[in-house]
Amino acid sequence: MTSLILRTMVRLLLPLLLMFSVFLLLRGHNEPGGGFVGGLMAATGFALVSIAFGSTTARQVLRIDPLFLIGVGLLLALSSGLVTLWLNQPFLTGIWYKLSLGTFGKLELGTPLLFDIGVYLTVWGVTLTIIFALEEVG
Amino acid sequence: MNRSLVLPIVIPLLTAVLCLLFFRKPQIQRWVSVIGAMALLVVSLWTLRFIWDEGIQAVQIGNWPAPFGITLVADLFSAVMIVLAGVLGLAVAVYSLDSVDAQRQAFGYHPLMHFLLMGVCGAFLTGDLFNLYVWFEVMLMASFVLLALGGERGQMEGAIKYVTLNLLSSAIFLAALGLLYGLAGTLNMADLARKFASSATASSNAIVTALSMLFLGAFGIKAAIFPLFFWLPASYHTPPVAVTALFSGLLTKVGVYSLIRVFTLIFIQEFDYTHTLLLVIAGLTMITGVLGAVAQNEMRRLLSFHIISQIGYPLMGLGIFTPLGLAAAVYFVFHVSLAKSTLFLISGVIGRLRGTFDLKKLGGLYKAQAWLAALFLTAALSLAGLPPSSGFFAKLSLVQAGLGQGQFVIVAISLGVSLLTLFSMIKIWNEVFWKRPPVLEDVDGGEITLQRDWTWLAPILFLVGLTLLISFGIGPAFEIAAQAGRQLMTPQLYIQAVLGGGR
Repeated sequence: MTSLILRTMVRLLLPLLLMFSVFLLLRGHNEPGGGFVGGLMAATGFALVSIAFGSTTARQVLRIDPLFLIGVGLLLALSSGLVTLWLNQPFLTGIWYKLSLGTFGKLELGTPLLFDIGVYLTVWGVTLTIIFALEEVG
Repeated sequence: MNRSLVLPIVIPLLTAVLCLLFFRKPQIQRWVSVIGAMALLVVSLWTLRFIWDEGIQAVQIGNWPAPFGITLVADLFSAVMIVLAGVLGLAVAVYSLDSVDAQRQAFGYHPLMHFLLMGVCGAFLTGDLFNLYVWFEVMLMASFVLLALGGERGQMEGAIKYVTLNLLSSAIFLAALGLLYGLAGTLNMADLARKFASSATASSNAIVTALSMLFLGAFGIKAAIFPLFFWLPASYHTPPVAVTALFSGLLTKVGVYSLIRVFTLIFIQEFDYTHTLLLVIAGLTMITGVLGAVAQNEMRRLLSFHIISQIGYPLMGLGIFTPLGLAAAVYFVFHVSLAKSTLFLISGVIGRLRGTFDLKKLGGLYKAQAWLAALFLTAALSLAGLPPSSGFFAKLSLVQAGLGQGQFVIVAISLGVSLLTLFSMIKIWNEVFWKRPPVLEDVDGGEITLQRDWTWLAPILFLVGLTLLISFGIGPAFEIAAQAGRQLMTPQLYIQAVLGGGR
């Protein structure tokens, strides 16, 4: 598509969408959001690029093969379960690590976050694989 | 260490993920795939050993307690089935290396195969009916793509029938799950069994039995029982032989596994009715399958009809519903999967040598490849049930169990069907190996040797070796099956392992 408006706006929207997707991902543990919708949001950004500039450009902007994103995502999600096996807990038990940040309060990091990041990357990769494939066949 | 019960699911997943990471390098995928399959086999054997020593084991995923969280349970039956998945996974992974063309391998054949194995192992291990549905879906997604991968015309036709029927089965399964949850408020199998056993009244039993028929329909489509089998011969001969061998060994067996599981654990209130129905279906499945096979002239289609026919036997064991009957069913499932997959793998070698699967156009292979004929004969006679093969012991114990319960009709049918099976195996033997080849110059269609084509032959030798092992090692092998049968007949053990003894 050669719409000047779309092309201009996509340049602005892509970073915004990516940032918002990370926000959704991190918000997801206790509030609406999470890895799945975050991944969709991130994919939307590149879907827009692909509509405005074509899938070749979108692939160049993404730099990574979407299939690689799927692989890494699944690996992260899987490793969040494997950590628990290592610690002699049933598979996928949530394990938390409290990090003190002084005046900023404390940060709780846990395997569910790792799992969510895995979901985020997988959904991102799957959606883009589908979108790019449709674009390149048609 | 019952926490490692999850390994038969994790290892195929890890293998598939590694294959995805090397998606653009099929050469690396091939080795990852074989190593992953080996690891699965080792873990499955270890699981079997562990369950044999320690009894039924359960693990609660995410440490959420039993009726609420997801439970993985392994009794001996599950463990045996996982070993089967490991064995066939390894055989097919090696066989695929050269028999599946490069293009399919480049488009994700290896990761899909391991996703399929993951789904199969998950279905064997789960202790929750909804979770079983999820594993069915994992397995079906992978099998849909494996069936259609390559995009040949015949494949598409087969895939459409396969997908439609299996989606219908999933819809019935899901509807049945919804109704069951509304009725009992739980889908944990052990919890269901406990609830139905403790609150048994005539009217509630009637509802539960009605529900069980929905499950029979859903699992029946997957297991390809009479009259729901017609998708199977329409689709199984279309993909590469390696895929067919894997499907024939594992997919319908997951349906059989599920039937045996729910009809020994949950739906046992009115077993006079349900299990008699199962016996009737078993008989009809055997007969229609074998009669369909007799009419076929394409080797893979013929073998596909035999898959259906052989599904009747474990159902017969389930319908007889004694420890011996179930033990025979467990042993039979293991034996038939080995024999069937071997026959498909051999048909692939024949197809490669002669470029056709049509019985009319084949011939004279005994003269050209005597050892291939010997391998075929071992598997074929084992399938038909001639002594001293594994099939003989499987059918003998089924017949004994049937006679013990006075089920003479089904015994007679099973013996008659064995004869017809023998007849159609002999038909393949005559047409492919014995008779004079129709066109003489076709005889030199290629040479196949163990040194050069070990990826084609080693899996066949491996499977035939295992068939011989469970034939001549019938004592220990049947002892495992007998123990599995006893466990299946005492659901309390299963319930106790999942929910704990204190309740």
